[in-house]
Amino acid sequence: MGSFGNKVAKFWEMFYENGGYTKVLTGLQNTVIIAVVGLAIGIVIGTLIAIVEVVPKYKKLPKVLDSFCRFYVGLFRGTPVVVQLLVAYYVLLPLIGLNLPSLHVCVLVFGLNSGAYVSEIMRSGILSVDTGQMEAGRALGLSYRVTMMKIIIPQAVKNILPTMGNEFITLIKETSVVSFVGAADLYVAFNYIGTNSYEFMVPYLVMALIYIVLVVLIALMIKVMERRLRLSDRRT
Amino acid sequence: MIDVRNLTKNYGQLEVLKDITTTIHEGEKIAIIGPSGSGKSTFLRCLNCMEDPTGGSIIFNGVDISDFSVDINVHRRHMGMVFQQFNLFNNKTVLDNIMLAPITIAMQNLRKQQFKRFINKIRNLVAIEKRPLDEITTTPAQIRQAARENAMNLLKRIGLEDKATVYPSTLSGGQKQRIAIIRALAMNPKVMLFDEPTSSLDPEMVGEVLDLIKKLVEDGMTMVIVTHEMGFAREVATRVFFMDEGIILEDDTPERIFTSPQNPRTKNFLAKVL
Repeated sequence: MGSFGNKVAKFWEMFYENGGYTKVLTGLQNTVIIAVVGLAIGIVIGTLIAIVEVVPKYKKLPKVLDSFCRFYVGLFRGTPVVVQLLVAYYVLLPLIGLNLPSLHVCVLVFGLNSGAYVSEIMRSGILSVDTGQMEAGRALGLSYRVTMMKIIIPQAVKNILPTMGNEFITLIKETSVVSFVGAADLYVAFNYIGTNSYEFMVPYLVMALIYIVLVVLIALMIKVMERRLRLSDRRT
Repeated sequence: MIDVRNLTKNYGQLEVLKDITTTIHEGEKIAIIGPSGSGKSTFLRCLNCMEDPTGGSIIFNGVDISDFSVDINVHRRHMGMVFQQFNLFNNKTVLDNIMLAPITIAMQNLRKQQFKRFINKIRNLVAIEKRPLDEITTTPAQIRQAARENAMNLLKRIGLEDKATVYPSTLSGGQKQRIAIIRALAMNPKVMLFDEPTSSLDPEMVGEVLDLIKKLVEDGMTMVIVTHEMGFAREVATRVFFMDEGIILEDDTPERIFTSPQNPRTKNFLAKVL
């Protein structure tokens, strides 16, 4: 036990007195930014793809868009996110001669990646809404677009919120690979503390704890949102 | 009012409607009866193009609405539809259910007016010949206020004004269907289409819905009702269609259909259900 106390003391020295906590805070901030902005981009892309996939395909344009979306989803679900990060940062960016900070690249890649997953979640949500809802809107003379936006999507979102929470949690945890392209996340911060104090046990333990706390907080947030959205189900 | 010309509808190989031609005049109350799978509901859903006809045309107020180049939404606003499953919007309160379409459409029209006025204004800056600018008198607040008043009046008419702020999941089937009916009425339709409005209701709730439909009949609304309520059809209809296997086998007054049906299949059907 004495040696563990020693390790904690070493960690504390590096973490607090030598200013390691600023790195942790930056790491935490980056982790959250990548996950939150990534999910936001993912939701926008995913919703668009899901709509393209459920739209009736009488005309040429939806068909073309549909095959593009299938390709997109296949591409991003078919490769690990690490590979996507590496390809984006070390292959695509130099090819087009763009110099973006690695954090921005991470946000983009995670957004594009989660878009592929969210599209399937969203599609199942849209399909879970009774077809009668669309019929009722159309019968009143509302357009497909308006009925989709005002009636179908809000109900779909309510149905998929738990799954969406899952996606967010997955995303938070998956961000731990961003150090591959040099972005400073939680792992980088604690690795720094470990390297400088020659002691890795406590830093990695604390890192695990921070991830758990993050995930628990998100789960709680989702619960609250779900309760709010379920208002229309409750018998008053 | 509605001219149905050589209407056919196929689902793949299956012919559901076979060359139906008929005319529905203003003020008529048409009941469509027949065995299940006879194409009654499909026929009704073709009238407002909820199902696109495979062949033939539907002429509503002089416009062929089965033509794809026609903006069907504009014409559907004049045709109310009531479904077997009510289909109230689950994510909206009762009041919002009724107000949604009137507000959305009025706002769309307002935006169109504003856009046109804006274009004319820009044009007037450079054009020598000035165009007059239309005065826009309605405001979004007025549109909402008017829709709200209309919705509350309709709710009062069916005695459910205290349910204005609740969600549909808290209502009984009969209440839902009556609200679905006034939701359609809020658009001031010229014709109402009922697709088995009482078939999924508990027996004790059928009466309240039929009473409301009867009130519409007294108001002189043109309507087409697919129904299994023979007594009701006989009482309120001015014409009864008996459909079987995708055609209107008999089209006559209720008295004649129910007392002296001509077609053996009509006789057979009525003998089973009456």
